[in-house]
Amino acid sequence: MDAFTNLTGIVMPLDRANVDTDAIIPKQFLKSIKRSGFGVNLFDDWRYLDTGEPGMDNSGRPINEDFVLNKPRYQGAQILLARKNFGCGSSREHAPWALLDYGFRVVIAPSYADIFFNNCFKNGILPIILDEAMIDQLFKEVDANEGYELNVDLEAQTVTTPSGEVIGFDVDEFRKHCLLNGLDDIGLTLQHTDDIHAYEEKRRQNAPWLFR
Amino acid sequence: MAGKTLYDKLWDNHLVRIDDDGTALLYIDRHLVHEVTSPQAFEGLRDAGRKPWRVDSIVATPDHNVPTTDRKAGITDPVARLQVETLDQNCVDFGLTEFTIDDIRQGIVHVIGPEQGATLPGMTVVCGDSHTSTHGAFGALAFGIGTSEVEHVIATQCLVQKKSKNMLVSVDGEVGEGVTAKDIVLRIIGEIGTAGGTGYAIEFAGTAIQALSIEGRMTVCNMAIEAGARAGMVAVDDTTIEYVQGRPYAPNKAQWDDAVEQWSDLHSDDDAEFDSVIRIDAASIQPQVTWGTSPEMVVAVDATVPDPANEADEVKREGMQRALDYMGLTANTPIEEVQVDKVFIGSCTNSRIEDLRAAADVAKGRQVADNIKLALVVPGSGLVKQQAEAEGLDKIFTEAGFEWREPGCSMCLAMNADRLEEGERCASTSNRNFEGRQGRGGRTHLVGPAMAAAAAVAGHFVDVRTMKQAG
Repeated sequence: MDAFTNLTGIVMPLDRANVDTDAIIPKQFLKSIKRSGFGVNLFDDWRYLDTGEPGMDNSGRPINEDFVLNKPRYQGAQILLARKNFGCGSSREHAPWALLDYGFRVVIAPSYADIFFNNCFKNGILPIILDEAMIDQLFKEVDANEGYELNVDLEAQTVTTPSGEVIGFDVDEFRKHCLLNGLDDIGLTLQHTDDIHAYEEKRRQNAPWLFR
Repeated sequence: MAGKTLYDKLWDNHLVRIDDDGTALLYIDRHLVHEVTSPQAFEGLRDAGRKPWRVDSIVATPDHNVPTTDRKAGITDPVARLQVETLDQNCVDFGLTEFTIDDIRQGIVHVIGPEQGATLPGMTVVCGDSHTSTHGAFGALAFGIGTSEVEHVIATQCLVQKKSKNMLVSVDGEVGEGVTAKDIVLRIIGEIGTAGGTGYAIEFAGTAIQALSIEGRMTVCNMAIEAGARAGMVAVDDTTIEYVQGRPYAPNKAQWDDAVEQWSDLHSDDDAEFDSVIRIDAASIQPQVTWGTSPEMVVAVDATVPDPANEADEVKREGMQRALDYMGLTANTPIEEVQVDKVFIGSCTNSRIEDLRAAADVAKGRQVADNIKLALVVPGSGLVKQQAEAEGLDKIFTEAGFEWREPGCSMCLAMNADRLEEGERCASTSNRNFEGRQGRGGRTHLVGPAMAAAAAVAGHFVDVRTMKQAG
C-alpha cells in the first residue's frame, strides 16, 4: 500500500446521497481476478451511455457529458467531495480499487458506510468526515471556482481551502499510523502471534467442536 | 454495573488483545469464501509467501458467477469461468474445503453455511460479502469484509476491529396473517433508514422475532446491512438449537450437551444497556414493496408511490425525485397498479425451502400473467433444490410458467446471464434495489417470496392476502 501524507489536488463534487458501491463499480467488472485496471470503469453506468463489459475498449464508448466525472474542469481530480452514507451496499473492495486506479486519494463526505470506510484505509485512500454544514460550504466553493483545489495534510489532520481556511478532521490513530507509513496490517498482526496462539488454545479447549 | 448485550458477549468471547485506544484483535471462527472477493487475497498470500492460519475454519463455494441454467456445458463466459477455476485452484493449492459447482452442497455462501452447520451459535463468522450478517440469526457475530481483510483472516485468523455501538430493534406483538420476515425487515429499514444502523451492531428481538423460524431470522439479519449495520443478530433459543442439531459441522454427540449449555448464555442480559433502542408494533406491519432505489424507500402494498412535494428536506426531496425518474414511476400511483416485467425469487435473503414453499403456495394452480417476460425461481443451494423437488415444488412452479433453475446468486446482482434489460421492472425477493443492480437501467422492487409470486400471477403488485387459495 502506498503511504498517504500530504496532497494538494483538484476536487470533484458528486452531489448525491447514498452513493452505493454498485454505482462506484458495477458488478460485471468484479469478474476480474486482478486488483488493478478498474479506473476506466469507475461509475461506469453514470459515465458512459452504453453498457460496459469487461475487456471492452473503453476509448470509443459514448460518454455521458452531463456526468461530473466527464466535465473538463474536473479532469485530474484527486479529491472526491461526496454526500452522506457514501459507499453503502456491497463490501466489494473493487470500489476503492476503482477510485484509486482512477486517481482519487481522498474522499470527503459527512458519513460513510462502515465496510467501504474500512476498505479505503487498506488501500491508501483517506476518507475524511466533515460536518454537513462544512460539506455544503465546500460544494458551493467548488461549484463557484473552476480549478478549485484543497490541501489535505494527514499528519496535521487538516484540510486547507484556497482562501486559507483550515478545517480540522478526526482520524483513528492506528489507521493514521498505517496510512502515513504505508503499512499493511497483516505484518503488524503477526507480531502478536503468541497472543493468537494463546487465545486459540483456550478456544480449542472450551469449544472443541469448532476445530476439526 | 449494567449487564451485557449479546453483542458484548460475542465480542468479549473473541477478544485476543485490545489496545488502550480500543483497537482490538478479534479471533474469527469461521471464514466463508467465494470466487469474487477472494482471488486477489490468495494472490497476496502467495506474493508474501504466507499460508492459511487454520484451514479447517474455511469453507468455500462459487456462487456469484455461476450459471443457473444447465451446467453440463460448464461456464460459457470465459471471464467468469476463469474466476471460478481460480477459486477451485486456490482451494486445492491451499488445502481448503470447497463445495464445487458440481457438488450437491454448492450454493449461496449464506445458505450453505447454516445448512451445513458450519455456522453455529457463539461463532464469529466473516465472508467477503456484505450479507454475511445473515449468520447472526444463530446468535453469532457475523459481518462482511473486504478483500484485504479476507487475506488478513486467512493469514492470521484475526481481524483488527473497533467495537461497534449496541442497537436493539424490538418488534413486539404478533404480525398479521401473510406478513413475513421480509416485510418485518423492510419495515425496519424504512423506519431507521439505510444509514440508521451505521456504526452499530443490531440485535433483533421482541416476540415477533422470537416467533420467526430460523430461516425467517436469517432473512431479517441478512438485511441488517441495508440499514447500515455490518452485523445483525438474534438471541439463541430452542428454535436455534433444534435447527443446528444433527448438521454435518454441528458438535458431535459427545460435545452436544456442553455446546448447548454454552449457547444458552447467548442472549442479552435483562439489565443490559443499548446505545439506541427502536420499538416497532408488529401488528402495524403490512406486506411491503420498495418503490425507489434504496431499500429505505419502501411502503405498504396498499399505499401509493410517495410524492416528493411532501418532503421538506431538500437533499431528500431531490433524491426521491431522482429515484422516481429512474424507476419510471409517478408520485401518488397506487402500488397495486404498478405492472412488472420480470419476477425473481431467490438470493441469500429469500431462497431457502420455506421461501420456496411460500411462493409455491401462491403459484399452485395458477398461471404467470401474459405480460411477465420471465419468472425465475433460483434455489439457494443444491440441497434446497433437492428438497424442493422432493416436495414437488418444482412442478408447481414450472406448471405455473416459472423457470426452475440451478442454485446461485443469479439476478440478485446479475453477474451471470440472469439480468434485467434497460427499463424492465422486476418484483424481486433480493435485498438491493440500487440503480443498475439487476442490470443497467433495470428497475427493482423488493418484496417477500409470496408477494413476488403474487405479482407474477397478477402481472402487477397485489396484496397477497387478498388472493384466495386456489383449489
